[in-house]
Amino acid sequence: MGKTIAQKIFEAHLVDEPFGDVCVLKLDRVFCHEITTPTAIQDLVARGKDRVFDPDKIKAVIDHVTPAKDSKTALQGKILRQWAKRHGIKDFFDIGNNGVCHAIFPEKGFVRPGFTIIMGDSHTCTHGAFGAFAAGVGTTDLEVGILKGVASFKLPETFKIEIKGTLQAGVYAKDIILEVIRQISVDGATNMVIEFVGNVVAEMTMDQRMTLSNMAVEAGATSGICLPDMTTVTYLWPFIQQEYESPEAALADYTRFSSDADAVYAKTKTIDVSQLEPLTTFGYKPDNVRPVSQMAGTHVDQVYIGSCTNGRIEDLRVAAQVLKGKKIKATVRGIVSPATPKIFSMALEEGLIKIFMDAGFCVTNPTCGACLGMSNGVLADGEVAAATTNRNFNGRMGRGGMVHLMSPATAAATAVQGEITNSYLFVN
Amino acid sequence: MKKFKGKILCLDRSDINTDEIIPAKYLTEIEKRAMGPHLLEDLTLEGFDVQKDLKDIAAIVTRENFGCGSSREHAPWALEVNGVFVVIAQSFARIFRQNMFNCGMLAIALPKEQIEHLFECCKIGDSFLSVDLETATIQVTSQDKHFTLPFTISEFDKTLVETGGWLEYADANY
Ligand code: SF4
Repeated sequence: MGKTIAQKIFEAHLVDEPFGDVCVLKLDRVFCHEITTPTAIQDLVARGKDRVFDPDKIKAVIDHVTPAKDSKTALQGKILRQWAKRHGIKDFFDIGNNGVCHAIFPEKGFVRPGFTIIMGDSHTCTHGAFGAFAAGVGTTDLEVGILKGVASFKLPETFKIEIKGTLQAGVYAKDIILEVIRQISVDGATNMVIEFVGNVVAEMTMDQRMTLSNMAVEAGATSGICLPDMTTVTYLWPFIQQEYESPEAALADYTRFSSDADAVYAKTKTIDVSQLEPLTTFGYKPDNVRPVSQMAGTHVDQVYIGSCTNGRIEDLRVAAQVLKGKKIKATVRGIVSPATPKIFSMALEEGLIKIFMDAGFCVTNPTCGACLGMSNGVLADGEVAAATTNRNFNGRMGRGGMVHLMSPATAAATAVQGEITNSYLFVN
Repeated sequence: MKKFKGKILCLDRSDINTDEIIPAKYLTEIEKRAMGPHLLEDLTLEGFDVQKDLKDIAAIVTRENFGCGSSREHAPWALEVNGVFVVIAQSFARIFRQNMFNCGMLAIALPKEQIEHLFECCKIGDSFLSVDLETATIQVTSQDKHFTLPFTISEFDKTLVETGGWLEYADANY
């Protein structure tokens, strides 16, 4: 009987099966940020266990609130900074070099097919785009990861979702994942790994796959995995060329972690996206999804382009293409946060930053920013935002605010129009 | 080991997320205690009064997919510092469920009919429960009614509750 990629990764990392119902896995990476790690550090210190299993396998960043906005967030940064120094964690990204965790860690080449990764952040599933098992965990799991380099998981079942067809112009990876969540609902993949396959996924860039995997958790999934292929290898090549003779050799190695043709899946689903329209959310749950055309005319006060879902260079390019030569509506506050310094630099060199600024956008430093309503760009009661982020929960971007999730193209068009709008109108 | 005994609060909705349990703006706090006054602060639910309804509760009964959203362990902590050590639901989001057991608390999933039954009791008046881990049963008292509900718990989860959580267990064993 064949195996899925998740089963293969679990087998390759299994340390123990206490009581037979849970797998304790060896971890290849423990990622950390300044919101959930300081509590873990404090607790480890209080227990007299201020140790790390391997400083080279731990990567840390200050990304959620940066620059610090008040004394409390300054303290969170300080705790993480001192801890990284104390334990010789070399890959620590602080202001000037920092960016959104799920964008900067892949960009630095820290993720490999077949890896096991945890982080105190639910969107850790993003790294599944590389064929890794990457899962968000709470503080206690993070502490154990930091201390012992292990994590416990039930062996997840796999939900295979095939994305096939040909996308129409103006429809992007974000629209696809919104459609997936609409179809399977916010708990459609709870305790499962989603395996994204099909010609559309095979043709996607790594940026697009990361958008797809990023929102797997919004359907309850533990991780959202794309199988490693030449696209994965090409992205990783600058980081792995010392390890392999050729990209082909790397691929041959990585496909050890590919699902077998006769692998057994708990569920399967095929979605033909050929007729898919641009989508957006309308309520407080990520599965409250409708075609943009049905939401057209909805007034928005703020447009946010950024986050671990859609703050990468390709996203900025798409948005800038819509915005080029235009001004956003005077009633709209446009904010764009390139997800990493590298993305910011590329956007500068490509002239995208100028396009955003000329259009009337505020360009912030790389950060999670408005995404989670605890940094900048917070909404006032009763305000509405169009955002390229991943969560529309009640209060997510500020108490009493409403967030409509959408692609960067739709968000840019919406900024110009001042109300939810299809990007078709703007791009030839 | 924590005591799982006391008054029940019924939250009649599915998909109650971690932002509703504890809003993101309190994640700047690094002490568990600071979560105390903000439990369920942003939850809007007909008939639920955050000022009154949290008083003296020890357990929450709710519907499907409780705790979806963020990975924040602040959600179980907000419950813990308010003395709520047990949540009973039709289903849980994975990370929230794991966080509860990692903290030595109980996230018990029950079939729909039993959840319905608990909601019926809550409608009539104050209800109380007591969880016996050994026999894996929940004793419920509501007005003059008493009944027992069995539940399932894995050996691993049970061990975490008995030993006070995953950290001590992992440090001792790996
Ligand atoms: S961008 Fe938003 S969803 Fe992504 S890690 Fe930051 S806060 Fe979380």
